[in-house]
Amino acid sequence: MSLSIGLTINGQPRTVALDDPRVTLLDLLRERLDLTGTKKGCDRGQCGACTVLVDGRRINSCLALAASLDGATVTTIEGLADGEALHPVQAAFIEHDGFQCGFCTPGQIMSAIGLIAEGHAGDDPERIRELMSGNICRCGAYQGITEAVLEAQKTLAERNRRDAA
Amino acid sequence: MNRFDYIRPVSVPEAIAAAAVPGSAYLAAGTNLLDLMKVGASRPERVINITRLPGLDRIEWLPDGGVRVGTLVRNSDLAYDERFAKTFPVVAEALLSGASAQLRNAATVGGNLMQRTRCAYFHDLAGACNRREPGSGCDALGGENRLQAVLGWSEHCIATHPSDFCVPLAALDAIVEVEGPHGGREIALDTLHRLPGATPEQETALLPGELIVALRLPAEASSFSRNARYIKLRERTSYAFAVVSAAAALEVEGGTIRKARIALGGVAAKPWRAREAEALLEGKQATAQAFAEAAELALAEARPSGDNAFKIELAHRIVTRALSLALEGTPQAMPALPASPFPALSGANHVI
Repeated sequence: MSLSIGLTINGQPRTVALDDPRVTLLDLLRERLDLTGTKKGCDRGQCGACTVLVDGRRINSCLALAASLDGATVTTIEGLADGEALHPVQAAFIEHDGFQCGFCTPGQIMSAIGLIAEGHAGDDPERIRELMSGNICRCGAYQGITEAVLEAQKTLAERNRRDAA
Repeated sequence: MNRFDYIRPVSVPEAIAAAAVPGSAYLAAGTNLLDLMKVGASRPERVINITRLPGLDRIEWLPDGGVRVGTLVRNSDLAYDERFAKTFPVVAEALLSGASAQLRNAATVGGNLMQRTRCAYFHDLAGACNRREPGSGCDALGGENRLQAVLGWSEHCIATHPSDFCVPLAALDAIVEVEGPHGGREIALDTLHRLPGATPEQETALLPGELIVALRLPAEASSFSRNARYIKLRERTSYAFAVVSAAAALEVEGGTIRKARIALGGVAAKPWRAREAEALLEGKQATAQAFAEAAELALAEARPSGDNAFKIELAHRIVTRALSLALEGTPQAMPALPASPFPALSGANHVI
């Protein structure tokens, strides 16, 4: 059984032939499209390492069947930087030591971008911690992550104000 | 994961016809189904993707003030819908206390209602589980069972239903609209999930091929909007299933309780509505004493199914706490930690 689906991945339209409907979005990205920035941690939706944006919303790519996402727009960690210029969330994670080993970081960053877009946290660190609780960091870089999200949110808001002006 | 045929119907009748074949399963976001398929606890031969069915992703307000929520509405979209959260704050709080932001962005209303137990033995193919494999036994009895049921369990199954969302829905008399091979019908949410008895594999009242298409909350449920809370005890601050939880909703007039709604989560194979406790409160002064008596009554029939007698005491306390917090009033804004029994740490200075 072969299924053909269309996806826009990091701005690029792709047609993907799936020989097996069991392929998750995570495995499609990593194993078939060579986008290995998205990490496989638990593969059960419990750790958040596989977080990507689908149609602008953060989800666990390990718990989504690729076949069910026909027509979707997907953004992964590889799609963030503009050439050498890092995305503000990426820059803030470096600035605030928001990681140690780095394995959970792509998922943390994609989740942070989703959180900022959702706009429910304000500048309350407690709300940021709560809304980032789907991303586990076993190095325990949570304080740096929270600071990075707060700063990146501010940077992005300022940029939006400038762009609107 | 087992091999399966992947079917993409474009209409509800087509989906129902496809699901009439034995071995079929409906797939929405898949946040629970795929997880179960990965470990082999669920092995559908046909997976019917319902996410493209038209008209099932809307929140519609009814002329009488009730609401009809399509089965494909995402958990986060419902919880953050301003009018919904204002009208049914206890439901929004329960939704936001469940899972993680990523899962709430994907998971659907119907999927939440249909989620399976988180009992470890249900997920572990090496263990006996009557729910997964009828007649095989129950390894949870006599096993690791501190989080298992304390109400409505049987010697065949002591699993609990994991949903937060369903707890206030049971309290507020939500109605589930289903379509099936023999037409449409309505099921009270309180009777959707079944207690195990001798047939724990029959988890819901749905007949083969039936599909949940919408959820309705009646207009009367909005009368509790000023005094309603969902409170949930977890083993970590966030992103954990309830050890025990309770939804409490009150209509209070001059210190007297006119109406009360109480349901518990994490205690049984279904969200546990405590009607006798509600009746006890109605017409009474809203006092700590009355709330303690109501909690006592809500748990009168509770008994441990193993190493979990502590859950009865915890449930008693969480009912009392939910009632007293409901009396204090629904918070103006959603708490930073929805459903937490602990005071928020907002403003804490451990992040500079």
